[in-house]
Amino acid sequence: MAKDVKERSFTTVSGLPIERLYTPESITDFGYEHDLADPGQPPYTRGIYPTMYRSRLWTMRQFSGFGTAKDTNERFHYLLKHGQTGLSVAFHLPTLMGLDSDDPMSEGEVGKCGVAIDSLADMETLFKGIPLDKISTSMTTNAPATMIWSMYLVVAEKQGVTWDKLRGTIQNDILKEYIAQKTYIFPPRPSMKLIVDTFEFGTKHVPQWNTISISGYHIREAGSTALQELAFTLYDGIEYVEWALRAGLDIDDFAPRLSFFFNAHNDLFEEVAKYRAARKIWYKVMTERFKCKNPKSAILRFHTQTAGCSLTAQQPYNNIVRVAIQGLAAVLGGTQSLHTNSLDETLALPTEQAARIALRTQQILAHESGVTNTVDPLGGSYFVERLTLDMEKGCWEYFDRLDAMGGMVAAIEKSFPQREIQDASYEYQKAIERKEKVIVGVNDFVMEDEPPIDILLIDESVTERQLSSLNQLRQTRDNGRVRECRETLRKAAAKGDVNLMPAILDCVRAYATLGEMCDDLRSVFGTYEEPAF
Amino acid sequence: METRIRVLVAKPGLDGHDRGAKVIARAFRDAGFEVIYTGLRQTPEQVVNAALQEDVDVVGLSVLSGAHMTLCPRIMELMKKEGLNDVMVLIGGIIPDQDIARLKEQGISEIFQPGASTEDIVTYVRQNVRKNK
Repeated sequence: MAKDVKERSFTTVSGLPIERLYTPESITDFGYEHDLADPGQPPYTRGIYPTMYRSRLWTMRQFSGFGTAKDTNERFHYLLKHGQTGLSVAFHLPTLMGLDSDDPMSEGEVGKCGVAIDSLADMETLFKGIPLDKISTSMTTNAPATMIWSMYLVVAEKQGVTWDKLRGTIQNDILKEYIAQKTYIFPPRPSMKLIVDTFEFGTKHVPQWNTISISGYHIREAGSTALQELAFTLYDGIEYVEWALRAGLDIDDFAPRLSFFFNAHNDLFEEVAKYRAARKIWYKVMTERFKCKNPKSAILRFHTQTAGCSLTAQQPYNNIVRVAIQGLAAVLGGTQSLHTNSLDETLALPTEQAARIALRTQQILAHESGVTNTVDPLGGSYFVERLTLDMEKGCWEYFDRLDAMGGMVAAIEKSFPQREIQDASYEYQKAIERKEKVIVGVNDFVMEDEPPIDILLIDESVTERQLSSLNQLRQTRDNGRVRECRETLRKAAAKGDVNLMPAILDCVRAYATLGEMCDDLRSVFGTYEEPAF
Repeated sequence: METRIRVLVAKPGLDGHDRGAKVIARAFRDAGFEVIYTGLRQTPEQVVNAALQEDVDVVGLSVLSGAHMTLCPRIMELMKKEGLNDVMVLIGGIIPDQDIARLKEQGISEIFQPGASTEDIVTYVRQNVRKNK
């Protein structure tokens, strides 16, 4: 037995070595007021509200979307009926890439990993019977975020809901696309300009909207460590603030609407430390680096999604347990909203049953586990406080390197974060193959001849239905008006210094398609190709 | 002397999730293979052209978006048309069990689902490559 202990290495899922025991000696550099303070007090390590889940639970927000807008609208109604408290839209790849469903590149992809949205007409169907002043909606869209958001705003108009009542989030985080998820369209500089446009427009016209969700989720899914996820995400935040300030925006106008999005992987304590450190670091960044005055500018609010990359195709029911642990980490870390993955995540989009179990997992955490009774229950743990301090220290070190490179856009152009993540993901894979890390059902506790489980199949009629409605739209809309609006959009884009939201909104109202609007911007901005590295 | 095994790692379709493609490309390199990576968002025509021009022994397709039943048969068809019948084609990614038989009927040699180890994939290539050459 003693031999086993000596030979095993004790590390977090990110490879960070862990001591046998943590004691007061482990945190001699720690002070309650300086490093924690009470929840709702700077630096917010313990949480952003004094009462946290005692007054309001996190928003249970399951990411969903598949097939046509009608299919997804039905799933939304189903989830709301079962107690979900916010919506989160997954778009199919053509929409994420700014292509219409009838583009040659869209073949085979229509409605596959999200819902097909080509124009305002689809967006109207998507939110049919859902009053937009009563629900908050998160939309995972990045490169074409200005256009998708505009569609949502126009649906609200048509419902008679004024924009000041709208609550929700557009992901709108292009930097992590270059770094990790690779769903980019335009080069970094015009992309950053579009994002600053949304900050400015949101501040003036949609004040309760989160104009960005600065995301570590995809960075982690691409294989980063927990620390890299934290450091690159927060530094992306710094980069957005820098660009907005350079464009002449006032920090306290837009910063309160910045939100974040983190991953929840399997290593419970490492994840909790990550969320706690995130709040503290962002507070310091905003107050010390950017000298914000509005206290709300320095408060980091975040959404969490459990780690898709941690789930296994083997013995998929085990994933329910993984998701429960990961969801627990998010709640212990003080998340504002949560998506729990479905057990069939590695096989396909979730079936209705799998999506329901995932939602039930959150409800069990919220109502049965007791962890919501007190704020930051792990606060003061020698171990968790040490991890939190180390996470913070590691972050500042990454920030120094990124500052020295001239910021994140420059670092991306040098492939720095891409390379860091790629190295980490390769190391992780090798550690699994050497069995230094056990993945139950994959490299240990393997079962032969597993019975297959039922999965959701997207039938090919989806493409047919979507193409036929798109074709009909192109025939029946006022094409003269569409041409006019598109011309105005192209001119505005070419000018370079006007906010593009008004021109985009007009295109949307005229039922210009997403592909058409993106073509217009592509013709002015060009497109991005990843440098080889 | 046996020449090095040449592999094209390709990402057909719109899917940008390249973690798997990058990991397997590196594992192939570490195994001593010559690896060409296409980069993202390749049409079937681009993938087959690259396979032809680079004179590869193996094409590894990575698809996670669910578009494999459209993209992979198209690639196989084009490969046959170009006379690349002796090139081994592998798929890695989110491929449900239900689709495997149909993909193999098209001439795909093997499908590696989530959890497959790079070691197993490398071994498979070594044991089965150039069988028809």
